[in-house]
Amino acid sequence: MFDEPWQAQAFALAVKLSEQGHFSWTAWAKALAEELAAAEARGEPDDGSHYYHHWVSALERLVVERGLSDAAVLEERKEAWADAYRHTPHGQPVELKRRE
Amino acid sequence: MDESGERPVDRRGFIKGSAVGAAAFAAPGKMMNERTDEAEVHDADAHEHTHGHGHGHDHDHDHDHQDVPSDIALRVRALESVLIEKEMVDPAALDEIVDNFENRIGPQNGARVVARAWVDPGFRDRLLADGTSAIGELDYLGGQGEHMKVVANTDSVHNLIVCTLCSCYPWPTLGLPPVWYKSSAYRAKAVIEPREVLREFGLDLPEDIEVRVWDSTAEIRYLVLPQRPPGTADMTEEELAELVTRDSMVGVARVASPSSGGGR
Repeated sequence: MFDEPWQAQAFALAVKLSEQGHFSWTAWAKALAEELAAAEARGEPDDGSHYYHHWVSALERLVVERGLSDAAVLEERKEAWADAYRHTPHGQPVELKRRE
Repeated sequence: MDESGERPVDRRGFIKGSAVGAAAFAAPGKMMNERTDEAEVHDADAHEHTHGHGHGHDHDHDHDHQDVPSDIALRVRALESVLIEKEMVDPAALDEIVDNFENRIGPQNGARVVARAWVDPGFRDRLLADGTSAIGELDYLGGQGEHMKVVANTDSVHNLIVCTLCSCYPWPTLGLPPVWYKSSAYRAKAVIEPREVLREFGLDLPEDIEVRVWDSTAEIRYLVLPQRPPGTADMTEEELAELVTRDSMVGVARVASPSSGGGR
Protein backbone atom coordinates (compact mmCIF):
# COMPACT_ATOMS: atom_id res chain seq x y z
CA MET A 1 0.00 0.00 0.00
CA PHE A 2 2.46 2.63 1.20
CA ASP A 3 6.16 1.86 0.96
CA GLU A 4 7.16 4.41 3.56
CA PRO A 5 5.28 6.33 6.24
CA TRP A 6 5.73 9.70 4.55
CA GLN A 7 3.73 8.43 1.58
CA ALA A 8 0.78 7.61 3.82
CA GLN A 9 1.10 10.98 5.53
CA ALA A 10 1.14 12.85 2.22
CA PHE A 11 -1.78 10.81 0.95
CA ALA A 12 -3.90 11.52 4.01
CA LEU A 13 -3.04 15.22 3.99
CA ALA A 14 -4.27 15.69 0.42
CA VAL A 15 -7.46 13.73 1.07
CA LYS A 16 -8.22 15.62 4.26
CA LEU A 17 -7.49 19.07 2.88
CA SER A 18 -9.76 18.36 -0.05
CA GLU A 19 -12.52 16.98 2.20
CA GLN A 20 -12.33 20.16 4.18
CA GLY A 21 -12.81 22.23 1.08
CA HIS A 22 -9.35 23.73 0.72
CA PHE A 23 -9.30 22.44 -2.83
CA SER A 24 -11.61 20.32 -4.95
CA TRP A 25 -10.51 16.86 -5.97
CA THR A 26 -10.64 18.06 -9.56
CA ALA A 27 -8.12 20.77 -8.69
CA TRP A 28 -6.04 18.13 -6.96
CA ALA A 29 -6.08 15.79 -9.95
CA LYS A 30 -5.09 18.68 -12.19
CA ALA A 31 -2.15 19.65 -9.97
CA LEU A 32 -0.96 16.06 -9.76
CA ALA A 33 -1.32 15.58 -13.51
CA GLU A 34 0.76 18.71 -14.06
CA GLU A 35 3.52 17.39 -11.82
CA LEU A 36 3.51 14.07 -13.65
CA ALA A 37 3.55 15.78 -17.05
CA ALA A 38 6.38 18.09 -15.93
CA ALA A 39 8.44 15.11 -14.83
CA GLU A 40 7.91 13.44 -18.18
CA ALA A 41 8.84 16.68 -19.94
CA ARG A 42 12.11 16.69 -17.97
CA GLY A 43 12.79 13.25 -19.35
CA GLU A 44 11.78 11.42 -16.18
CA PRO A 45 8.94 9.09 -17.09
CA ASP A 46 7.90 7.42 -13.90
CA ASP A 47 7.60 3.68 -13.56
CA GLY A 48 5.14 4.42 -10.78
CA SER A 49 7.63 4.04 -7.97
CA HIS A 50 8.18 7.78 -7.67
CA TYR A 51 4.54 8.61 -7.79
CA TYR A 52 4.41 9.92 -4.24
CA HIS A 53 7.26 12.32 -4.90
CA HIS A 54 5.04 13.96 -7.47
CA TRP A 55 2.16 13.75 -5.04
CA VAL A 56 4.16 15.73 -2.47
CA SER A 57 5.18 18.34 -5.05
CA ALA A 58 1.53 18.80 -6.03
CA LEU A 59 0.54 19.06 -2.39
CA GLU A 60 3.18 21.68 -1.61
CA ARG A 61 2.13 23.68 -4.63
CA LEU A 62 -1.58 23.65 -3.77
CA VAL A 63 -0.91 24.44 -0.12
CA VAL A 64 1.04 27.51 -1.20
CA GLU A 65 -1.36 28.49 -4.00
CA ARG A 66 -4.34 28.29 -1.68
CA GLY A 67 -2.57 30.39 0.92
CA LEU A 68 -2.52 27.65 3.58
CA SER A 69 1.18 28.23 4.08
CA ASP A 70 4.05 29.65 2.11
CA ALA A 71 7.16 28.17 0.62
CA ALA A 72 9.55 29.92 3.00
CA VAL A 73 7.68 28.64 6.05
CA LEU A 74 7.69 25.08 4.71
CA GLU A 75 11.38 25.25 3.88
CA GLU A 76 12.23 26.63 7.30
CA ARG A 77 10.12 23.99 8.99
CA LYS A 78 11.80 21.25 7.00
CA GLU A 79 15.21 22.47 8.14
CA ALA A 80 13.95 22.66 11.71
CA TRP A 81 12.92 19.02 11.55
CA ALA A 82 16.27 18.00 10.07
CA ASP A 83 17.96 19.91 12.83
CA ALA A 84 15.82 18.23 15.47
CA TYR A 85 16.82 14.82 14.16
CA ARG A 86 20.47 15.76 14.18
CA HIS A 87 20.32 16.88 17.78
CA THR A 88 18.07 14.30 19.35
CA PRO A 89 19.90 11.39 20.94
CA HIS A 90 18.96 7.84 20.00
CA GLY A 91 15.96 6.50 21.79
CA GLN A 92 14.33 9.84 22.47
CA PRO A 93 11.33 11.20 20.61
CA VAL A 94 12.23 13.78 18.01
CA GLU A 95 10.47 17.00 18.85
CA LEU A 96 10.50 20.31 17.21
CA LYS A 97 11.84 23.14 19.30
CA ARG A 98 9.93 26.35 19.01
CA ARG A 99 11.92 28.86 17.10
CA GLU A 100 9.85 31.87 16.32
CA MET B 1 -23.04 -3.65 -23.51
CA ASP B 2 -23.87 -0.68 -25.62
CA GLU B 3 -22.30 2.38 -24.02
CA SER B 4 -24.71 4.87 -25.44
CA GLY B 5 -23.52 8.40 -25.78
CA GLU B 6 -20.14 7.94 -24.15
CA ARG B 7 -17.05 7.39 -26.14
CA PRO B 8 -14.75 5.15 -24.22
CA VAL B 9 -11.49 6.09 -25.82
CA ASP B 10 -9.27 9.07 -25.48
CA ARG B 11 -11.59 11.77 -24.28
CA ARG B 12 -8.74 13.79 -22.94
CA GLY B 13 -6.61 14.32 -25.97
CA PHE B 14 -3.63 12.82 -24.29
CA ILE B 15 -0.61 12.28 -24.85
CA LYS B 16 2.70 13.69 -23.96
CA GLY B 17 5.79 11.59 -23.81
CA SER B 18 4.14 8.40 -24.86
CA ALA B 19 7.25 7.07 -26.55
CA VAL B 20 9.42 7.44 -23.48
CA GLY B 21 6.57 6.09 -21.43
CA ALA B 22 6.33 2.99 -23.52
CA ALA B 23 10.07 2.48 -23.28
CA ALA B 24 9.90 2.65 -19.52
CA PHE B 25 7.07 0.18 -19.51
CA ALA B 26 9.18 -2.23 -21.48
CA ALA B 27 11.99 -1.85 -18.98
CA PRO B 28 10.27 -1.47 -15.63
CA GLY B 29 13.46 -2.02 -13.69
CA LYS B 30 15.07 1.13 -14.99
CA MET B 31 15.23 3.72 -12.30
CA MET B 32 14.51 7.30 -13.16
CA ASN B 33 15.71 10.29 -11.25
CA GLU B 34 12.62 11.38 -9.42
CA ARG B 35 13.87 14.55 -7.86
CA THR B 36 13.09 18.00 -9.05
CA ASP B 37 16.01 20.33 -9.45
CA GLU B 38 14.86 22.14 -6.39
CA ALA B 39 14.87 18.99 -4.35
CA GLU B 40 18.36 18.21 -5.47
CA VAL B 41 19.58 21.53 -4.21
CA HIS B 42 17.99 20.81 -0.85
CA ASP B 43 19.50 17.40 -0.84
CA ALA B 44 22.93 18.82 -1.56
CA ASP B 45 22.48 21.15 1.38
CA ALA B 46 21.53 18.27 3.59
CA HIS B 47 24.61 16.33 2.56
CA GLU B 48 26.80 19.27 3.24
CA HIS B 49 25.42 19.63 6.73
CA THR B 50 25.86 15.98 7.42
CA HIS B 51 29.31 15.97 5.98
CA GLY B 52 30.54 18.95 7.98
CA HIS B 53 28.87 17.58 11.00
CA GLY B 54 30.51 14.20 10.74
CA HIS B 55 34.01 15.57 10.42
CA GLY B 56 35.56 17.18 13.37
CA HIS B 57 32.88 19.22 15.05
CA ASP B 58 33.29 18.97 18.73
CA HIS B 59 29.67 18.40 19.60
CA ASP B 60 28.01 15.06 19.19
CA HIS B 61 29.12 12.42 16.73
CA ASP B 62 27.15 10.90 13.91
CA HIS B 63 26.02 7.95 15.93
CA ASP B 64 24.85 9.92 18.89
CA HIS B 65 21.84 11.34 17.13
CA GLN B 66 19.02 9.92 15.08
CA ASP B 67 19.21 9.37 11.38
CA VAL B 68 17.91 12.36 9.52
CA PRO B 69 15.02 11.25 7.29
CA SER B 70 15.16 11.72 3.54
CA ASP B 71 14.47 15.13 2.08
CA ILE B 72 11.06 14.05 0.85
CA ALA B 73 10.08 12.68 4.25
CA LEU B 74 11.12 15.95 5.85
CA ARG B 75 9.07 17.94 3.33
CA VAL B 76 5.99 15.91 4.29
CA ARG B 77 6.80 16.28 7.96
CA ALA B 78 7.01 20.05 7.45
CA LEU B 79 3.67 20.19 5.63
CA GLU B 80 1.98 18.05 8.21
CA SER B 81 3.28 19.92 11.23
CA VAL B 82 2.51 23.35 9.78
CA LEU B 83 -1.03 22.37 8.83
CA ILE B 84 -1.71 20.68 12.16
CA GLU B 85 -0.38 23.69 14.00
CA LYS B 86 -2.75 25.94 12.05
CA GLU B 87 -5.54 23.48 12.90
CA MET B 88 -6.32 22.93 9.26
CA VAL B 89 -6.09 19.19 9.73
CA ASP B 90 -6.65 16.99 12.73
CA PRO B 91 -3.91 14.40 13.26
CA ALA B 92 -6.44 11.79 14.39
CA ALA B 93 -8.38 12.28 11.16
CA LEU B 94 -5.19 11.74 9.15
CA ASP B 95 -4.51 8.50 11.01
CA GLU B 96 -8.07 7.36 10.36
CA ILE B 97 -7.71 7.90 6.62
CA VAL B 98 -4.53 5.83 6.50
CA ASP B 99 -6.03 3.14 8.71
CA ASN B 100 -9.08 2.89 6.46
CA PHE B 101 -7.01 2.42 3.36
CA GLU B 102 -4.61 0.00 4.96
CA ASN B 103 -7.23 -2.14 6.63
CA ARG B 104 -10.72 -1.70 5.28
CA ILE B 105 -10.80 -0.36 1.75
CA GLY B 106 -9.54 -2.51 -1.07
CA PRO B 107 -10.41 -4.75 -4.00
CA GLN B 108 -12.27 -7.13 -1.71
CA ASN B 109 -15.05 -4.52 -1.80
CA GLY B 110 -15.20 -4.47 -5.59
CA ALA B 111 -15.08 -8.27 -5.58
CA ARG B 112 -18.27 -8.35 -3.53
CA VAL B 113 -19.95 -6.03 -6.02
CA VAL B 114 -18.93 -8.31 -8.88
CA ALA B 115 -20.03 -11.49 -7.11
CA ARG B 116 -23.40 -9.94 -6.30
CA ALA B 117 -23.87 -9.01 -9.95
CA TRP B 118 -23.05 -12.57 -10.98
CA VAL B 119 -25.68 -14.13 -8.74
CA ASP B 120 -28.36 -11.43 -8.85
CA PRO B 121 -29.49 -10.38 -12.34
CA GLY B 122 -31.58 -7.55 -10.95
CA PHE B 123 -28.53 -6.13 -9.17
CA ARG B 124 -26.49 -6.57 -12.33
CA ASP B 125 -29.02 -4.55 -14.31
CA ARG B 126 -29.05 -1.78 -11.71
CA LEU B 127 -25.26 -1.84 -11.53
CA LEU B 128 -24.82 -1.33 -15.24
CA ALA B 129 -27.60 1.25 -15.46
CA ASP B 130 -26.46 3.33 -12.49
CA GLY B 131 -23.23 2.12 -10.97
CA THR B 132 -23.16 4.71 -8.22
CA SER B 133 -26.52 3.85 -6.73
CA ALA B 134 -26.10 0.07 -7.08
CA ILE B 135 -22.68 0.17 -5.41
CA GLY B 136 -24.29 2.34 -2.76
CA GLU B 137 -26.57 -0.60 -1.94
CA LEU B 138 -23.45 -2.36 -0.67
CA ASP B 139 -22.18 0.81 1.00
CA TYR B 140 -19.02 1.09 -1.04
CA LEU B 141 -19.28 4.76 -1.88
CA GLY B 142 -17.14 7.57 -0.59
CA GLY B 143 -14.18 9.63 -1.63
CA GLN B 144 -13.18 9.03 -5.25
CA GLY B 145 -16.12 6.74 -5.78
CA GLU B 146 -18.93 9.27 -5.85
CA HIS B 147 -19.65 8.77 -9.53
CA MET B 148 -19.16 5.22 -10.67
CA LYS B 149 -19.71 3.66 -14.04
CA VAL B 150 -19.52 -0.10 -14.30
CA VAL B 151 -18.66 -1.60 -17.67
CA ALA B 152 -19.33 -5.26 -18.37
CA ASN B 153 -17.09 -7.64 -20.23
CA THR B 154 -18.93 -9.94 -22.62
CA ASP B 155 -18.01 -12.55 -25.19
CA SER B 156 -17.44 -9.74 -27.68
CA VAL B 157 -16.25 -6.78 -25.57
CA HIS B 158 -13.35 -6.43 -23.17
CA ASN B 159 -13.02 -3.28 -21.05
CA LEU B 160 -9.85 -1.71 -19.71
CA ILE B 161 -9.49 1.16 -17.25
CA VAL B 162 -6.76 3.77 -17.19
CA CYS B 163 -6.22 7.31 -16.03
CA THR B 164 -4.14 8.92 -18.73
CA LEU B 165 -3.45 12.15 -16.86
CA CYS B 166 -2.73 10.99 -13.35
CA SER B 167 -4.08 8.11 -11.30
CA CYS B 168 -7.85 8.47 -10.86
CA TYR B 169 -9.14 5.16 -9.57
CA PRO B 170 -12.29 3.97 -7.76
CA TRP B 171 -10.98 3.98 -4.21
CA PRO B 172 -14.04 2.66 -2.33
CA THR B 173 -14.27 -0.43 -4.52
CA LEU B 174 -10.61 -1.07 -5.41
CA GLY B 175 -8.55 0.75 -2.80
CA LEU B 176 -5.47 2.60 -3.97
CA PRO B 177 -4.04 1.85 -7.40
CA PRO B 178 -1.07 -0.48 -7.89
CA VAL B 179 2.25 1.01 -8.92
CA TRP B 180 1.94 0.00 -12.57
CA TYR B 181 -1.39 1.80 -12.88
CA LYS B 182 0.41 5.02 -11.97
CA SER B 183 3.33 4.51 -14.33
CA SER B 184 3.83 6.84 -17.29
CA ALA B 185 4.02 3.82 -19.53
CA TYR B 186 0.69 2.28 -18.62
CA ARG B 187 -1.07 5.62 -18.71
CA ALA B 188 0.25 6.31 -22.20
CA LYS B 189 0.11 2.89 -23.70
CA ALA B 190 -3.25 1.63 -22.47
CA VAL B 191 -5.04 3.92 -24.91
CA ILE B 192 -2.70 3.59 -27.89
CA GLU B 193 -1.97 -0.12 -27.75
CA PRO B 194 -4.39 -1.71 -25.32
CA ARG B 195 -3.98 -5.17 -26.83
CA GLU B 196 -0.23 -5.00 -26.39
CA VAL B 197 -0.67 -3.88 -22.79
CA LEU B 198 -3.03 -6.77 -22.18
CA ARG B 199 -0.52 -9.16 -23.72
CA GLU B 200 2.12 -7.89 -21.31
CA PHE B 201 -0.27 -8.81 -18.52
CA GLY B 202 -0.59 -12.26 -20.07
CA LEU B 203 -3.99 -11.75 -21.64
CA ASP B 204 -3.93 -12.40 -25.36
CA LEU B 205 -7.31 -11.38 -26.71
CA PRO B 206 -8.61 -12.67 -30.05
CA GLU B 207 -8.97 -9.94 -32.66
CA ASP B 208 -12.72 -10.36 -32.81
CA ILE B 209 -13.08 -9.14 -29.23
CA GLU B 210 -13.48 -5.39 -29.14
CA VAL B 211 -11.32 -3.62 -26.55
CA ARG B 212 -12.81 -0.53 -24.95
CA VAL B 213 -10.55 1.73 -22.93
CA TRP B 214 -12.09 3.97 -20.29
CA ASP B 215 -10.17 7.03 -19.18
CA SER B 216 -10.97 7.83 -15.57
CA THR B 217 -11.21 11.39 -14.35
CA ALA B 218 -11.56 13.18 -11.05
CA GLU B 219 -15.31 13.18 -11.70
CA ILE B 220 -16.05 9.69 -12.95
CA ARG B 221 -14.47 6.36 -12.05
CA TYR B 222 -14.90 3.06 -13.78
CA LEU B 223 -15.06 -0.53 -12.62
CA VAL B 224 -14.94 -3.52 -14.93
CA LEU B 225 -17.51 -6.23 -14.37
CA PRO B 226 -15.57 -9.30 -15.49
CA GLN B 227 -17.22 -12.39 -16.87
CA ARG B 228 -18.11 -15.13 -14.48
CA PRO B 229 -15.75 -18.01 -15.21
CA PRO B 230 -16.96 -21.47 -16.12
CA GLY B 231 -17.08 -24.12 -13.44
CA THR B 232 -18.59 -21.83 -10.81
CA ALA B 233 -22.27 -22.75 -11.05
CA ASP B 234 -22.35 -24.29 -7.58
CA MET B 235 -20.44 -21.56 -5.79
CA THR B 236 -21.93 -19.17 -3.28
CA GLU B 237 -21.69 -15.41 -3.60
CA GLU B 238 -18.96 -15.37 -0.93
CA GLU B 239 -16.97 -18.06 -2.71
CA LEU B 240 -17.32 -16.22 -5.99
CA ALA B 241 -16.05 -12.99 -4.42
CA GLU B 242 -12.87 -14.86 -3.47
CA LEU B 243 -12.17 -15.50 -7.14
CA VAL B 244 -12.41 -11.89 -8.24
CA THR B 245 -9.06 -10.14 -8.48
CA ARG B 246 -8.17 -6.47 -8.58
CA ASP B 247 -6.62 -6.92 -12.01
CA SER B 248 -9.84 -8.38 -13.39
CA MET B 249 -11.75 -5.30 -12.23
CA VAL B 250 -9.23 -2.97 -13.88
CA GLY B 251 -9.49 -5.09 -16.99
CA VAL B 252 -5.92 -6.36 -17.31
CA ALA B 253 -6.95 -9.91 -16.51
CA ARG B 254 -9.89 -12.23 -16.60
CA VAL B 255 -11.26 -14.04 -13.59
CA ALA B 256 -9.74 -17.49 -13.66
CA SER B 257 -11.83 -20.58 -13.33
CA PRO B 258 -11.40 -22.24 -9.92
CA SER B 259 -10.32 -25.42 -11.69
CA SER B 260 -7.41 -23.53 -13.26
CA GLY B 261 -5.96 -22.44 -9.97
CA GLY B 262 -8.38 -19.77 -8.83
CA GLY B 263 -7.85 -16.09 -8.31
CA ARG B 264 -4.59 -14.46 -7.51
